[in-house]
Amino acid sequence: MELVCPAGNLPALKRAVDEGADAVYFGFQNTTNARQFAGLNFTDKRAREGIDYAHARGKRVFCAINTYPQPDGWAMWTRAVDQAADLGVDALIMADMGLLDYAAHHHPDLARHLSVQGSATSHEALRFYHDQFGIKRAVLPRVLSMTQVRDLAKKSPVELEVFAFGSLCIMAEGRCYLSSYLTGESPNTRGVCSPAAHVRWEETPKGLESRLNGVLIDRYGEGENAGYPTLCKGRFEVSGETYHAIEEPTSLNTLELLPELAELGIAAVKIEGRQRSPAYVSKVAGIWRQALDRLERAPGRFQPEPAWMTGLGEVSEGSTTTLGAYERRWK
Amino acid sequence: MSATPTLQLSLGPVLFYWTREHYADFYREAADWPVEIVHLGESVCSRRRDMKLDDWMGIGRELTQSGKQVVLSSQTLIESEADLRDLRKLCDNGEFLVEANDQSALQRLSAAGQPFVAGAALNLYNPATLAVLSRAGMQRWQAPVEMSRDDLARLLEDCREQGIEAPCEVFAYGHLPLAWSSRCFTARRYQKPKDRCQFVCQKHPEGLALRSQEDQQVFTLNGIQTLSGACQDLRHEVPDMAGMGVGIARLSPRPERMAEVVAAFDAARRGELPTPDPLSLVDVEICDGYWHGRPGMDHSRAASLG
Repeated sequence: MELVCPAGNLPALKRAVDEGADAVYFGFQNTTNARQFAGLNFTDKRAREGIDYAHARGKRVFCAINTYPQPDGWAMWTRAVDQAADLGVDALIMADMGLLDYAAHHHPDLARHLSVQGSATSHEALRFYHDQFGIKRAVLPRVLSMTQVRDLAKKSPVELEVFAFGSLCIMAEGRCYLSSYLTGESPNTRGVCSPAAHVRWEETPKGLESRLNGVLIDRYGEGENAGYPTLCKGRFEVSGETYHAIEEPTSLNTLELLPELAELGIAAVKIEGRQRSPAYVSKVAGIWRQALDRLERAPGRFQPEPAWMTGLGEVSEGSTTTLGAYERRWK
Repeated sequence: MSATPTLQLSLGPVLFYWTREHYADFYREAADWPVEIVHLGESVCSRRRDMKLDDWMGIGRELTQSGKQVVLSSQTLIESEADLRDLRKLCDNGEFLVEANDQSALQRLSAAGQPFVAGAALNLYNPATLAVLSRAGMQRWQAPVEMSRDDLARLLEDCREQGIEAPCEVFAYGHLPLAWSSRCFTARRYQKPKDRCQFVCQKHPEGLALRSQEDQQVFTLNGIQTLSGACQDLRHEVPDMAGMGVGIARLSPRPERMAEVVAAFDAARRGELPTPDPLSLVDVEICDGYWHGRPGMDHSRAASLG
């Protein structure tokens, strides 16, 4: 299984490669990718440097152009596709059907991967993207149980990449408009979710409050750990109960599922977190490299090392991890 | 002053889980409402099984006799082989047009050479995407809920230039469908696992309000679907919509006083909307931010009405 790691900048890319990533993925410095953060992502020059670094070490580089071209911005998205092709990336990660069509016609020999933002959760959906745009691989949304992944993998017309570790989207990716409902900006339109420009922190007599465009997302008492106010991870009131009504702040960690994923023929495992530090990327890539190597040597006897789980827990949201939808009872 | 309406009205599928009797009563009334198109079917959760495909087809035939165009809406989040079997039956119904709300449906319909309606969750943001779907058999399409008026105007103009003629539909009234998850948030509230949810969402014919700790209704929980907390109401934008070339305004069913909502939109498309119009016919918070290029929850008239 290929280990695919996030590169929010050049240092992160190099650390990922050094620690054992088989492939890294990056985006440009605009709204064409789903991690549009200030100071993050790549200029043409930095991308060239990163690609050279990875290729010199036999590693692959994917470019994420996985937001949806907006009515006034088509040229920016096609330019990103052309630019990535010129740079010599190994694959494009895309979601928009029009952009996939553009890439298939203008760069037929450049591999196209369906982004998780393309919301393909069945083999029929994968068949559509495959037949229409010749995708080679698809990243599955984090909504399927292991049984469902198994059923899908049997009939998939393309290679599959699944999320292995990182922040957990609880909604079917690509079809979540919650962020724009509160802030006007969403993953699809602007490559952001719960964007920092709309976040406000305030110490009040009731506790530390986090707001997103004025909407109270959470309030923390003495001694409680405050997390970033991602809108689906706040505490809200539903018919008299105040709780994490949608999801707790937690990260996905599928380390223990590795043997099963390998057995299903999953082609690649993906680490989330282009917005995270080079130190995060380095640590996570290193642990997953060890795990994948161990799996390859002795697939029948694979057990995650306690030290790996602890290490991953330390860099997780809320310092806790979950198997998410892979595990049926989570739903 | 009365004008022939250039804008059609449609009823979206009922997004909530109602009882059989409730659906039957609702559509019996709807048969007499001034809407041209009615979308039927369960588009949210496959566990909601009170209504079978045959039941929807029966209602569809009655509405057809009342002069409505009937469209069957497909499930938006497809997860299992069972979901795909149901989807196959829906697509192969042999009688009614199908609204594809997922690429699985797109695949079934386009491979079979059947024309289809493209739903909002397909993320149709640009002419290139619409061109792909036009070639695949798209008869009409719904704009993404988060698209602004100005973006849509530009998109419609580009479509005309590129010869994409399928009419466009706008989500004009109702709680906005904003997200789908494999987790059921209603079952979570009742501390029940999804597989043994006991269909608790049927107790909430208009969903469950999710409020901030300051009592602001932020979202509405509807099983695996999350809707907006406020109800979008674009009735005042209807003349503008018609002018810019929108073909259809979609009204999303609510359990109470839907006839009045339909009547208000019918008046609006005839240029007969009374002014000043009461802020809301139904006691609910209103929003229209998306249309105005702002956060969806915003309300353009809130300030002026104090």
